[in-house]
Amino acid sequence: MSVIAPDFRLSGFIRSIFDNAFWALLLANLVGIPAIMMVLFYIEMPVIDGELLTPFLAFTWLADPSRTLPIVHAFMATDLFRVMAFPGFGFAALIAAATIFVERKLLAKLQLRVGPFYCGKIEGILQLMGDGLKLISKEIIIPAKADKPIFWVAPVIFVATAAAFVALIPVAPGWVVADVDLGLLAVFAVIGFFPIITILSAWSANSKFPFIGGIRALFQMVSFEIPLILSLLGVVILTGTLNLSEIAASQSAFPWIIFLPIGAIVFFTTMLAELERIPFDLPEAESEIVAGWLTEFSGMMYGLVQLGTYLKLYAFAALFVVLFLGGWHGPMVVPPFPEEILTEGIVMGPVTAKIPGLPLFTQEMLNGTLWFVLKTVGVIFFILLPRGVFPRIRIDMLLNLGWSKLIGLAFVNIFIALGLLYAGVLGPGGMLPQ
Amino acid sequence: MITTATTDTPTTTTAAAPPAPVAAAAAGSAAPDLPPGLALQKVDERIMTLNVGPQHPGSGHMRIIVQIDGDHIVACDPDPGYVHRGEEKMAEYRNYITNIPHLERPVIHDSCNILYPYVLGVEELLGIETPERAKYVRVIASELNRCIYTMYWLAIYGIFLGHSTMFMWPAGDRELLIDLMEKMTGARVTHAHFVPGGVRNDLPPNFEDVCLRQVNYFEKRIKEYADIFYDNPILISRTRETGVLSRQDAIRLGTTGSVLRASGVDYDVRKKEPYDVYDELDVNTNVMTAGDSYARSRVPWLDMMESCNIIRSALEKMPKSGSVRVKLKPNPKGGNDTVYKRVESGRGALGCYIVSDGKPEPYRVKMSVGSFRNLIALPYLLKGEKLGNMPAVYWSLNYWPVEADR
Repeated sequence: MSVIAPDFRLSGFIRSIFDNAFWALLLANLVGIPAIMMVLFYIEMPVIDGELLTPFLAFTWLADPSRTLPIVHAFMATDLFRVMAFPGFGFAALIAAATIFVERKLLAKLQLRVGPFYCGKIEGILQLMGDGLKLISKEIIIPAKADKPIFWVAPVIFVATAAAFVALIPVAPGWVVADVDLGLLAVFAVIGFFPIITILSAWSANSKFPFIGGIRALFQMVSFEIPLILSLLGVVILTGTLNLSEIAASQSAFPWIIFLPIGAIVFFTTMLAELERIPFDLPEAESEIVAGWLTEFSGMMYGLVQLGTYLKLYAFAALFVVLFLGGWHGPMVVPPFPEEILTEGIVMGPVTAKIPGLPLFTQEMLNGTLWFVLKTVGVIFFILLPRGVFPRIRIDMLLNLGWSKLIGLAFVNIFIALGLLYAGVLGPGGMLPQ
Repeated sequence: MITTATTDTPTTTTAAAPPAPVAAAAAGSAAPDLPPGLALQKVDERIMTLNVGPQHPGSGHMRIIVQIDGDHIVACDPDPGYVHRGEEKMAEYRNYITNIPHLERPVIHDSCNILYPYVLGVEELLGIETPERAKYVRVIASELNRCIYTMYWLAIYGIFLGHSTMFMWPAGDRELLIDLMEKMTGARVTHAHFVPGGVRNDLPPNFEDVCLRQVNYFEKRIKEYADIFYDNPILISRTRETGVLSRQDAIRLGTTGSVLRASGVDYDVRKKEPYDVYDELDVNTNVMTAGDSYARSRVPWLDMMESCNIIRSALEKMPKSGSVRVKLKPNPKGGNDTVYKRVESGRGALGCYIVSDGKPEPYRVKMSVGSFRNLIALPYLLKGEKLGNMPAVYWSLNYWPVEADR
């Protein structure tokens, strides 16, 4: 007689189920309900059936989809949702996580190997989660002579700055966290903040390799910021605005990369340098200076810097899409929301449910987001690709490239833009539509 | 502390970029005869001393003490010895046969080649005549091992320059030859295949066909490296004109192997002092005259193709049957004699000096390895270079830390 679980006892099994249920209920009551209530208090409640929803009333209605959807609508109109979820941090972090996975698999295919494979059964899709858990569980070691407050706070500021960058990116018409009129200027300001964080963390670690890496990063970022800014001026000249949403909206007929290919090339190159990606990964050149300015970071501090790096990567790719590739514009591929659900309700056998508040998202918004994500992923692919092809270049070659070649090309780009403007091809009153 | 004003150390003039003026004054040592790093120096606040290694991704099992002024290296002091295992001393307590498994340990990727001079020397001491077929098997094994070692070296050179694909490709293609060696000897690395009087085992059946096929594919594969690595404009701009070792300096510093051939000296032990059956095979050497890192990284790659040719012609000329091992009597003793044998390993000339005093154990075994001789050139090459060139120059010297320490 084969015994599968010799120590099995029914009473113990039932008790364990009761225990689990007890703890689940307790945690739901202690954590879940207050969390939901906090969110509900934050939302400005809609009026349903002539009566103003209070958070308590809304809480009782959460189970009813016809009552829930207006609440969800109200929640999606809040700043909290925009910052945390859709055009903001959550969306960007999702794309960043996907980028890390795609990078590892892509590089593995390029190098004739498999890449992450075991974690998560399907092609190692949970590898990132495993890595994150490992980083969280590791001890954080601070160098004894480090300037501790600055050293602690540097990764956090790094992620915050990257998130601020993400907040400026318009994803779909009207879907942007911070729709500032001087959006591009704000982007320059955010980009200009990265070298400061880098040198702060490098200097505060009080160690040699981070110091050299920080100085390298400073050189690299400062010398590539100038061609970066100059390369974007062409777009600004043609559109006459610094608002990123308006720049994206101005490309309904054609993307600017058609007229400003040199600017796009310069921007892409400087983008690689700003992101410290191969072939410009000098600040983290491991065979020369261990891990550069990241050397002394351990555990989740390193994880935070990596998160910030990939958020920054997404933000730069999205900025390229917004400025040169037409943002959310593209052929309408999303089918329209079926009207009969609105008029007749969903027929589920004998029951017909009419749900007010549908559709949650408009067709334009879904289509715009789809095209935006597709273009961004395409740009990210081209950012990742050089890592498998090129070796690292040297700091003097890098500075030479930035100061002499890219700046010259950026000026050529500006002259092209000015020529197009004064010839009357583009711009206000131009021959081509905008 | 010597505080007097000093002048720059008269070094061998390499064609490298001169260091910054301040650096030149600061790097000077009072005793010009001492190598840089060992002499007492005037402390200058501009100079930062970096300990590259032994716990560093760009060092290997050794330490390079680098003094930098800004981005320029003003002095460099390689500090090997972290993996010293006393192989030579161990050899004095074991008899001639039991020395074989541990003497190959310093370079486990190139274990046939590092055993080769020892085995040749013992054969001469004991007066053994090796069968013809065994000599060919040895040549094939040693050329395969040279390729295996060079692929590993090339993989590390790739990752040192930040080229991760060039790490993965050779590390993967190496498997072809490792499988071949496994068929031949039974072990993936550390084969212990060469014994005095031949090789341990005969070739497995059908080995010639498999070997020919895999070597042909291997050669086709390494030719593809030109596309992604050797013709890569960034690689060329990084390694050209860096760490230039002139022909005179290469000879004077006693470098060997690919470093010597990259500097324009046509020297290869296989060709100049042929051992076993190398005189019957057509051995061509690859010589480049530039003497820079690019030439030093390209010569081993060309040598691998030459190894493929040698393997093919050895497979052709090899006697198809016959003994591969002479039976020795147990615990053989040598006479009162000394012997010195030299072969060409993956890193250059590799010599073995054996002193016998009539006992079953050798009185002394001294190995002269190519790695250590090439390392001597490092301080001269790195002086005045940029810090970013350090991995490119260091690893181009075809240096294997474990072999240098023995």
